[in-house]
Amino acid sequence: MTTEFYRWTENSWHSPDIDWRKAETLVAGIDVGSVSSQAVILADDKIYAYCNTRTGSNSPDSAKKALSIALEGTGIKPEDIQFVVGTGYGRVNIPMAKKAITEIACHARGANYMGGPTVRTILDMGGQDLKGIHCDEKGKVTQFLMNDKCAAGTGRGMEVMAELLQVPIVDVGKMSLDVKEEPEPVSSTCVIFAKSEAIGLLRSGWTKNMVLAAYCAAMAHRVVGLLERIGVEKEFVITGGIAKNIGVVSRLEKELGIKAMPLQPDPQIAGGLGAALFARDLLLKSRKGN
Amino acid sequence: MFSWLLKRLAVTLGYIANYGYTDGSGDWYIIVDTDKCDGCGKCVEACPYGVLEIITDDYDERVVAVRKQHSKNIKYVCAPCKPISGPRDLKCQKACPSGAITHSW
Amino acid sequence: MITAGIDMGAKTVKVVIVKDNKVSGRSIVPTGFEPLESAEKAMDEAAKSAGISRTEIQRVFATGAGRKTIPFAANNVTEVTADAKGAVFLLPSVRTVVDIGAEEARGISVDASGRVLDFAKNDKCAAGAGAFVESMSRALEVTVPQMIELSHKSTKEAPINATCAVFAESEVVSLIHSKVEKADIAHAVHDAIASRVSSMVRRIPIEKDVALIGGVANNSAIVEAMKKHLGVEIKVPENPEYVSALGAALLAAA
Repeated sequence: MTTEFYRWTENSWHSPDIDWRKAETLVAGIDVGSVSSQAVILADDKIYAYCNTRTGSNSPDSAKKALSIALEGTGIKPEDIQFVVGTGYGRVNIPMAKKAITEIACHARGANYMGGPTVRTILDMGGQDLKGIHCDEKGKVTQFLMNDKCAAGTGRGMEVMAELLQVPIVDVGKMSLDVKEEPEPVSSTCVIFAKSEAIGLLRSGWTKNMVLAAYCAAMAHRVVGLLERIGVEKEFVITGGIAKNIGVVSRLEKELGIKAMPLQPDPQIAGGLGAALFARDLLLKSRKGN
Repeated sequence: MFSWLLKRLAVTLGYIANYGYTDGSGDWYIIVDTDKCDGCGKCVEACPYGVLEIITDDYDERVVAVRKQHSKNIKYVCAPCKPISGPRDLKCQKACPSGAITHSW
Repeated sequence: MITAGIDMGAKTVKVVIVKDNKVSGRSIVPTGFEPLESAEKAMDEAAKSAGISRTEIQRVFATGAGRKTIPFAANNVTEVTADAKGAVFLLPSVRTVVDIGAEEARGISVDASGRVLDFAKNDKCAAGAGAFVESMSRALEVTVPQMIELSHKSTKEAPINATCAVFAESEVVSLIHSKVEKADIAHAVHDAIASRVSSMVRRIPIEKDVALIGGVANNSAIVEAMKKHLGVEIKVPENPEYVSALGAALLAAA
């Protein structure tokens, strides 16, 4: 296979203005997920650097890789980091982390930081799970629901369709919106059955864009079903990789009747960012104790 | 003791946790209201199938949770207490003195 | 009296012709993308195998996922009803029927006359059905028969934790990368699906004898794994994929 259609863009960034050497606290949060890993560095309470990379075959290596990519070009050595918190599916296997905190709590903190104190409902569409989280103005969790049993609506589910149609996953959203009229969503939410259905639709003359539209609609519908179990209150934000898929996002916004507030700098770093914020809290607490 | 006092004074210190899953066949969740749960563990003892456990959560509270290995199979693991044809006997729900546990099905 | 039962499955169409309470012909055709065409073809082939013309068939009952779409069927019956009837006809001592199809699995509690007393099913999820087996064989880059053969050669347990066929595929890929033997992975795949189906079957009372039917019953590795998980002997009738169609044909003659 020459082109790997599932490959989304890995990225990293660090601040050109902040001088980390002047910071009173320099901490990191590392989120090792089943599909992607992120590392976020905070200098005091500002995001200094972050990276977003694909998780490899083992958690400790993925954590080290994410951290080293985030630190590239910054002059920071891993030992300069004063506290590391690990989160995500691989959180118990992050060797440099002093503490592991669930992705639920970290996503809420991260979303609260990026979106502000009015954020109340967070939808995380991860690589292999969907999470619905309610939080208060401080980013503390008030309700959560996580579904990691079924691929429908997750990144892996989207990768299956991208692979089938031989379409780069970063183009799926855009292409799905480029249709004359919205087709009927595929009738199965199960990704495997939806894939068979898609093959049938293609054979009966549907274009790739139409099939993508039908699939994104079905996935959005599954996500809405999950959210309706806990309710959606404004402000509503979306984190995780599929936050960048406008085909799914626009359809679920339409079905919910609520627009999601965009998150900067990157909705995929919510978990790592929340972990870094917890790291800062714990570092400050330990200093007070001394 | 202080956190017990805080619980009585504060409106909400806890959260609602939904453990379980959704797939093609429906929604299957055990719902824990950690505001009402004080980690007494009576539900853990009452469950004949070891579905529940007491954990220390991210906010340092002792509360009940569904064991990780059961959350993706909850529909089947809990089935003996609620057979397709026959009376429901949710031992965990009955054992809880404060009504912290409910089932979505 | 000559009747026919047609089972419009997700993957294959099966037809069984019954004359005076005995099976006289049968056929199996892939459902493909034109199910009605496949249904016609299956009827033609079944009639041919029975040495009769289609006009001699007095009544057709349909069952299966596409049971309501057959214009020439006098009536349709649920898969559960057809399974029960067909299984008890072939194996009169059966009181629990487990049917594992391409897209759905069912557990049925039956009485001596083939009537349904209770049932449970795994539907709309590939993890509890034949689609899972196929998905995994692709991940292992072998055919299903090869995977069954490999499974019998397994010497060690390998874990497959995923309860979703898509996630399990990723798990298999990483097991291969970690140099786990394909034979052990193949065994774990069959174990995983048997575990899922058994959990579902335990929702109904399990009474001996237990029969396994449906296309997946042809998979000896699954039969072995099901015996282990349910902890009982399992009877597999000949041509297990036809049992539903047979049940429909018998009900058409009633």
